[in-house]
Amino acid sequence: MISHLRPAIVMIVLFTLLTGLAYPLAITGIAQLAFPERANGSLIERDGIVVGSSLIGQNFASERYFHGRPSATTAPDPNDSSKTIDAPFNAANSGGSNLGPTSKKLVDRVNAAIEAEFSAGRIDVVAADAVTTSASGLDPHISPRFALAQAAAVAAARGMPEAQVRALVETKVEPRLAGVIGEPRVNVLALNLALDALARAQAAR
Amino acid sequence: MNAIGLAQIAIVLAAVMAAAVPLGAHVARVLTGQRNLLSPILSPIERLFYKLSGVDPAREQSWLSYTIAMLVFSVAGFGSLYALQRFQHLLPLDPQGFDPVPADLAFNTAISFVTNTNWQNYAGETTMSHLTQMLGLTVHNFLSAATGLAMAFALARGFARAESPTVGNFWVDLTRSTLYLLLPLAIVFALVLVALGVPQTLLGSVEATTLEGAKQIIAIGPVASQEAIKELGTNGGGFFNANSAHPFESPDAITNSLEIFALLVIPFSLAFAFGRIVGDIRQGRAIAITMMIVLVVGILVAYWAEAGGNPLLTEIGVDAAPGNMEGKEVRFGVATSALFAAATTGTSTGAVNSMHDSFMPLGGLVPLFNMLMGSIAPGGVGAGLYGFLVLVVIAVFVAGLMVGRTPEYLGKKIETREMKLAMLAVLVYPLCVLGFSAASVLVKTGLDSLNNAGPHGLSEILYAFASTTDNNGSAFAGLSGNTLWYNTTLGLAMAFGRFAYVIPVLAIAGALAEKKRAPASSGTFPTHGPLFVGLLIGVIVILYLLQYFPALALGPIVEHLLLQSGKLF
Repeated sequence: MISHLRPAIVMIVLFTLLTGLAYPLAITGIAQLAFPERANGSLIERDGIVVGSSLIGQNFASERYFHGRPSATTAPDPNDSSKTIDAPFNAANSGGSNLGPTSKKLVDRVNAAIEAEFSAGRIDVVAADAVTTSASGLDPHISPRFALAQAAAVAAARGMPEAQVRALVETKVEPRLAGVIGEPRVNVLALNLALDALARAQAAR
Repeated sequence: MNAIGLAQIAIVLAAVMAAAVPLGAHVARVLTGQRNLLSPILSPIERLFYKLSGVDPAREQSWLSYTIAMLVFSVAGFGSLYALQRFQHLLPLDPQGFDPVPADLAFNTAISFVTNTNWQNYAGETTMSHLTQMLGLTVHNFLSAATGLAMAFALARGFARAESPTVGNFWVDLTRSTLYLLLPLAIVFALVLVALGVPQTLLGSVEATTLEGAKQIIAIGPVASQEAIKELGTNGGGFFNANSAHPFESPDAITNSLEIFALLVIPFSLAFAFGRIVGDIRQGRAIAITMMIVLVVGILVAYWAEAGGNPLLTEIGVDAAPGNMEGKEVRFGVATSALFAAATTGTSTGAVNSMHDSFMPLGGLVPLFNMLMGSIAPGGVGAGLYGFLVLVVIAVFVAGLMVGRTPEYLGKKIETREMKLAMLAVLVYPLCVLGFSAASVLVKTGLDSLNNAGPHGLSEILYAFASTTDNNGSAFAGLSGNTLWYNTTLGLAMAFGRFAYVIPVLAIAGALAEKKRAPASSGTFPTHGPLFVGLLIGVIVILYLLQYFPALALGPIVEHLLLQSGKLF
């Protein structure tokens, strides 16, 4: 037993230095040199301001923008730190709703979201991703179906022709790789940035 | 279910099998002390490690000495990891200024990482400093996997050797599996992940101003280096709370497929390595095929269950075509979410790319049952192989009873002592899972942690103890595990599930190594053909259905039936 103590302690120290310090620091060094943009979170700048990460969804409330999926992320309640409050797309605390399939809370929540979709004048069957929360609460994507369903409302809010907005959505649909890997999707932040850029270009003309 | 989804699944599994064969040959060389591809670069480091720790690599250990070395090493790892969490506020690399981790949570987390479980009662981005993530959690991602490999190969040597008093040297196995297998693969995989968009920085967070002018704080850090070993070592502890569902841990479908590949490839390669070590490649192949069959059945059931969508939501107007999307990411879809769920629990990884708690009842049954079977298809790094070999021992015993001959496997007679030890190991699981679950539903503090009511609540508790006992670490994450009750009981379940299981296994290794090899005769039952594969699957199914059917009937199965009749909780 005693004879095992020295190798146990020495090996913990050595492997800590090797796998806990040298390994992550070496990867960090190489990553920062070879892939600085990706290693730092794929941040997007506009006019010198960081407006988000292309990988992380953000909360859009305005009618002028396409909305992402519902998000179940929370934040500590500023009035009572033992409780949490809803904070959609809180990128400092990822997570899903964890509601089971027979949860009344889930069905009520989805029902309320559907009511909102219908009152916004959208179509008869609602896209699944439009009313369900993602696993991370930070899903940057929506389905093409959900994006197209929002096109009319966004176009109206911006006073743009609907056809133009729909065409923009079509250009932002990312297909499956080689027709197999992944799912067709639209990056909401990229779409909204393109929308802003289009509006600016038209205003400048 | 559709053809594209099935193709997405088939591509990953085919790649795993194609890579596992050559990797298995490499693993066999590493664990039998032979020179290998990486020896020219790494053998000076290996020798330095032995020299500094006073280990004579030529001196082998008896099974008992091997076991004690493993236990002393694990206790030392537990102590250092516990201390690191408790003092993280005094140490450098804490850019977000986190407080020390509370005692009960630090206890739970330390056991969790030392046992290769990586159950997380904390949210990484709001609890652990970068130093804790690197020096503590990343290190044990390597070491707990290397420990698993060591124990599996001690057992493999028991079958491979005859009349040997020793089963190998724990320190050598630990060092060689880390240096020649886990570390090189992790370096390559981490860099691939960064190239595909996974961050790797020492910053704690970045701040963005959204298009609507709001502030968004985005947690970030050295993610890729931990992500790589988390999958390769079948650990599963995420850098972020949402684990591999977080877009920084897995930015797209390619990283998702690569991560599933990474968590399956070493466990499958071990089956092939086992065949080489015992000198009969067909034996390894039979094991790998059996593991694959059990895994694929689970994947298909989960995919089928998720692809149908939730009828309660379809009824009120939700499109059913994309499947059950609650708790799933758009870029992954249901097919690879089901694949990930089955693969992460078929191994003892426990990483998730979707929230298992929100799976359909039968979709969630698959990961749960995979863990109740002890994650043996293909199992954790090391733990899968030794867990599987225990089932092989039981299966040949059953076969021996049927034909009235002394059971043998690979020329080793399986006698009373081995059977008693095998049963001792196998019975630890139901004792822990059912015992602790029963206790938790009887105390108020156990029920207060539930996120869902009705049968799904029972599933949450059952899942937690299956996951921890099995050293898996995935969760029906609605359960609030960070309470004194669950930190303690889940911690104990992890410790029993690892050590109370593996000590009898190492004793079997010792007993087998000492035995003579019986020459094969015409009466020897062949253990490499389809008949044996079928027998093995039969034994596995009967063993685990008998143990767990009543509990499953009260959880996911009754939930499925109630859901069909529209009942809500």
